[in-house]
Amino acid sequence: MDLKKVDEIIDKYNAEKSFLIGIFQDIQAQWRYLPREAIARVVERLGIPLTQAYMVATFYKSFSLVPRGEHEINVCLGTACHLRGGQRLVENFERTLKVKAGGTTADMKFTLETVNCLGACALAPLVRVDQKNYGKMSGDKISKIIKEYRPDGEGKTHGEN
Amino acid sequence: MEKIKTPQGLEKLRQAIRAEQKPERLQVTVCGGTGCLSNGADQVVAALAEEMEKQGLNGTVHLKKSGCHGFCERGPLVTIYPQDIFYQRVSEKDAAEIVAETLIKAKTIERLLYSDPQTEEKIPRHDEIPFYKHQMRIALRNNGRIDPANIRDYIASGGYAALAKALTSMTSEQIIREIEKSGLRGRGGGGFPAGRKWRSCRDAHGDVRYVVCNGDEGDPGAFMDRSIMEGDPHSVIEGMIIGAFAIGSNQGYIYVRNEYPLAVKHLTIALEQAREYGFLGKNIFDTGFDFDVRINRGGGAFVCGESSALMASLEGRAGEPRAKYIHTVERGLYDKPTNLNNVETWANVPVIITRGADWFASMGTAGSKGTKVFSLVGKVKNTGLVEVPMGITLRDIIYKIGGGILKDRDFKAVQTGGPSGGCIPKSLIDMPVDFDELTKAGSMMGSGGMIVMDDTDCMVDVAKYFTKFLEEESCGKCTPCREGVRRMKEVLIDITEGRGTEESTALLEELSEAIILGSLCALGTTAPNPVLSTLRYFRNEYEAHIKEKRCPAGVCKELIMYSIMEDLCNGCHRCFRECPQQAVSGEVKKPHRIDPAKCIKCGICYDVCKFDAVVKK
Repeated sequence: MDLKKVDEIIDKYNAEKSFLIGIFQDIQAQWRYLPREAIARVVERLGIPLTQAYMVATFYKSFSLVPRGEHEINVCLGTACHLRGGQRLVENFERTLKVKAGGTTADMKFTLETVNCLGACALAPLVRVDQKNYGKMSGDKISKIIKEYRPDGEGKTHGEN
Repeated sequence: MEKIKTPQGLEKLRQAIRAEQKPERLQVTVCGGTGCLSNGADQVVAALAEEMEKQGLNGTVHLKKSGCHGFCERGPLVTIYPQDIFYQRVSEKDAAEIVAETLIKAKTIERLLYSDPQTEEKIPRHDEIPFYKHQMRIALRNNGRIDPANIRDYIASGGYAALAKALTSMTSEQIIREIEKSGLRGRGGGGFPAGRKWRSCRDAHGDVRYVVCNGDEGDPGAFMDRSIMEGDPHSVIEGMIIGAFAIGSNQGYIYVRNEYPLAVKHLTIALEQAREYGFLGKNIFDTGFDFDVRINRGGGAFVCGESSALMASLEGRAGEPRAKYIHTVERGLYDKPTNLNNVETWANVPVIITRGADWFASMGTAGSKGTKVFSLVGKVKNTGLVEVPMGITLRDIIYKIGGGILKDRDFKAVQTGGPSGGCIPKSLIDMPVDFDELTKAGSMMGSGGMIVMDDTDCMVDVAKYFTKFLEEESCGKCTPCREGVRRMKEVLIDITEGRGTEESTALLEELSEAIILGSLCALGTTAPNPVLSTLRYFRNEYEAHIKEKRCPAGVCKELIMYSIMEDLCNGCHRCFRECPQQAVSGEVKKPHRIDPAKCIKCGICYDVCKFDAVVKK
């Protein structure tokens, strides 16, 4: 992997220990996970114990140690979304994508996640794919959204035209 | 840009900006809050800009994208000043008409006005709409009015005048006394008196002190802090600088939730601009006072909203709380005295300094002064952000401002205080809302989330939802919280899936007691609240699940069945097409049926039926 890019990120934060979380966030954004080599580089440059890096990497929900899908689907499970059927949406996404929440589809196209609240409760239930929000979601609109990102039609459900 | 060094210099600049902005000139403000953006506000801005150019209004109308207006239910929102015309649910297709009719011919477009649901009367002006009429906007004073990415807008509306006043004409002691006298209490959950906190931090031993802004708004269903950071970042920064001056701190931190990218962006811009104008940096207002602020993003851990966990996270460590035998005002970040307040608290500081403690303390109740921003969400007609004086009743918030319950169903409860809050039943709807009353009712203020529930919401399911949430977010340090909350969740799952026994509720109560006694931080000590408050007010629902194996609200999947009401089904065939299990049968134009053996209770038929023919029982 390109360690130069990792160095650039570390330099942006002056290799300051207290920015470990920020550095990891940028690495996560770039590679969609924290590659082992990148973590090793950060540990070396920041002069922190490897255990601290892994403690942080595994404590916070925004980091992943395994590669993530190309698109991240976040089903909001804030209270307002929960009341308007957020949990059923998660189950329907799981069924359509054939993957459990937290997992990534076999073709590495999607990672399905739940999120505690996106703060757009007027649009509940809400689903965010990458940076795009889909408000007032319902189970029947899932296939259409998936098709937007995976046009070849995989993941079709019964009866869809 | 020359740095501002005196109050006079600031006032001169303010007048210069006002003159160049020409208040009489037409101004179109489009809400750029997350809710409106998701509904296409950016496209509305682009279309308006294009139409203005096409129709020859170049440079004569001021178009800006502001922070959140609060009325998210009706977005995208467009306000036209100086007439204060309020258009709602605007789409890019309306742009040409708005420019031609309203901007050029000064005519209002009826179709885009808000209409009162009861009287169907069209309301043209923004401050006459019931949603806004009953509010009192202090923390949200600039939200929706100014362009958050432009410090000049903030200065024009009186921004940084409080800072000038505090730094050049007040001593540290005077500022702290003013905050104490105002009765301002922390808006993040605990409700600790802000002035007293500042004083303890200033008087703590040590030469280096920090101030921190807690923007790790984690309570699901609460988004006021995000809106303030996105829509009026300078008011938070100004509050922090005043606080830092009073406490004697030279370094501040804003800790923002990673899920709020727009807040990070606007805060970053605001900090740069504040530095440019000399409100941050060295020798602010020529007083020899240095101060700067740094932004740190969170990593998606709810517990980091707790002060000691947040400070651990700021240091680049895992966010685990510690025992607070020694308070963070004595030993906080890097073991130095640290004063932490949340976003809304900081945003209140500049107005208190400008308008005085007496003015602020004249609002609210005996123990809770000023206003509070609530995010009114769930089964309420007008979802959005509302700011009201402390002491207003729940009924006023839900019915007068919120417009009542969605689909005019029966109000059952309102949940406040985030995951560790509680559910307040219908019988207490006339209760005044303030810190102490909410605690008395078994809930709490928290950060101000207010989730309205109707008769189709199951209170056992709600308790299970919050308990699950807290189980996931428990950092794992204290065993009673880590293991106890998990056990509670399992008991609740049993109840909602029909395996509850006579002992289940007693077990929940026993576990609650142990968790409250055995946890260090507020996450643990309040974790049983959702269960205890629902047991207190809705025990009958627990009993229906346990004894009758029935979910009265029709929510708990294992205890309900989907079926189609023959008399309501007109055979549109929609559910037949959408059912992923082929569990629906029936011919077009004839009533359909659901085969319970095939049904997986995914609820899609219920969602797609336009005739309410699909029922859950």
